Amino acid sequence: MFEDLRDLYQEVIFDHNRNPRNFRIIENADRKVDGFNPLCGDRLTLYLKMDGDRIADASFQGSGCAISTASVSLMTEIIKDKTEAEAEALFKTFHEMTTGKSEDIQLEAVGKLAVLAGVREYPARVKCATLAWHTLDAALKNQHEAVSTE
Amino acid sequence: MTTFPIDKIRADFPILSEKIRGKDLVYLDNAASCQKPEAVIECMNHVYRHDYANIHRGVHTLSVRSTDKYEAARDKVRAFINAASVKEIIFVRGTTEAINLVAQTYGKANIKAGDEIVITAMEHHSNIVPWQMLCEQTGAVLKVAPMNQQGELIYDAFETLLNNKTKLVAVVHMSNALGTINPVKKIIDAAHALNIPVLLDGAQAIPHMPVDVQELNCDFYVFSGHKLYGPSGIGVLYGKQALLEAMPPYQGGGDMIRTVTFEKSTYAGLPHKFEAGTPAIAEVIGLGAAIDYLNDIGMTNIAAYEAELLDYATEQAKQIDGLKLIGEAQEKGAILSFILNKIHPHDIGTMLDSLGIAIRGGHHCAMPVMEFYGVPATARASFAMYNTKQEIDVLMEGIKSLIKVFG
Repeated sequence: MFEDLRDLYQEVIFDHNRNPRNFRIIENADRKVDGFNPLCGDRLTLYLKMDGDRIADASFQGSGCAISTASVSLMTEIIKDKTEAEAEALFKTFHEMTTGKSEDIQLEAVGKLAVLAGVREYPARVKCATLAWHTLDAALKNQHEAVSTE
Repeated sequence: MTTFPIDKIRADFPILSEKIRGKDLVYLDNAASCQKPEAVIECMNHVYRHDYANIHRGVHTLSVRSTDKYEAARDKVRAFINAASVKEIIFVRGTTEAINLVAQTYGKANIKAGDEIVITAMEHHSNIVPWQMLCEQTGAVLKVAPMNQQGELIYDAFETLLNNKTKLVAVVHMSNALGTINPVKKIIDAAHALNIPVLLDGAQAIPHMPVDVQELNCDFYVFSGHKLYGPSGIGVLYGKQALLEAMPPYQGGGDMIRTVTFEKSTYAGLPHKFEAGTPAIAEVIGLGAAIDYLNDIGMTNIAAYEAELLDYATEQAKQIDGLKLIGEAQEKGAILSFILNKIHPHDIGTMLDSLGIAIRGGHHCAMPVMEFYGVPATARASFAMYNTKQEIDVLMEGIKSLIKVFG
């Protein structure tokens, strides 16, 4: 019945929505930033444990739609063991992939994040996918103020 | 029901034959904005092709024609809500501007530090924020009357908030997030017993029921044109003449003055005192056309038809496992706000959109209502006179299917 939506709601997204990864608090986190999408009410708190400039552990808490939950869940998996610079680069690539600014995104470069590429066809939902990453961006820059998509 | 001319009405709205993602459009976002009948579209088209010029300005033919149509629309609005005089009908941009106007003119002139303004827990942001701004400016205090789990005003608690410090009651007639219709007559009578004026936010109520401002005896009634099948960018402030006359102007400029010198200006009489600058001329005339259209159908007939739609939708929705209605007031307009177990309203919105169904997912500009129910957002199907039971069936099938997909 929802054939048209297969690009947006892939099975991986349903899976991460049902069973979000790293859905926990890191008690001794080095970085902790809140992200908020006031239009839809998505809220998350991102926790990072650093080891030098390397992300030793990442986790989150919060509630949101399937797209935003899957996005943050996938993100916490993929950024683990990345350096800050690598994570920043990933943020830029992800942003370009979801906002459609670059036509020739190398989907291999984003690995399993590619399942979120479908949101570029749904402008109203792009912020759902990027909230996690904007929050990460703030965390990497060591900003403590809550991130808002508006 | 059998006499309601639903087929003719649907044929009058060109957009209803649009295909959305290859499917028939099922438009259920009427609480956000209604679609426009051919009569309104054609009327505005005609204005720009044949009648348009600035109003109240020139002696030339088009200016006179434009002015006549503009003022004729004012009288249509007057008659539609049964106001006593056209002097009581002020054209503004919408409900939001109307409330800000009252807050910044009537409010600033009459409300002082320590005074109280009473609203309810189910207000739209547009009937909260202007009063908060006024309170910040004056030192007045905002009091909020509570509601119960059904989304009904707890009337006794409301009444105990009224006292000799209360200088204004501002209440939503029908809630956009819950559908609740408030006992406004009772509220007005109670407030008036203490000489407290009452403003009714009629943005949601006006397209769904007959409104008679003299019978209600409200002091201000505000609504938007775009929710009344008319154009966006136009709205109405009704105020009792004596109150409006005593109020200072809102904005200064052309059209609202009698004389201007560099030393002092004097202001025009009602309603022009509150209509500075060139107004939304074609939109006002278009709103008049929407009112003509609604009068032909009859607001009482519309209310009866929509009540059947709501009953049917409520009954169907209650049979869906995992669906919870938000807002189950006894007195309720044609709005169905709901949440689904573990499925976010934005996912519901995108899923239904792929089936051609337009609903709203979000906080509906009523964040305190969401907070009250402990949800970040709800999905909301809001009905209009052109919706049908068949469309409700399509909605319910869509909801059942997406529940399966999310599993």
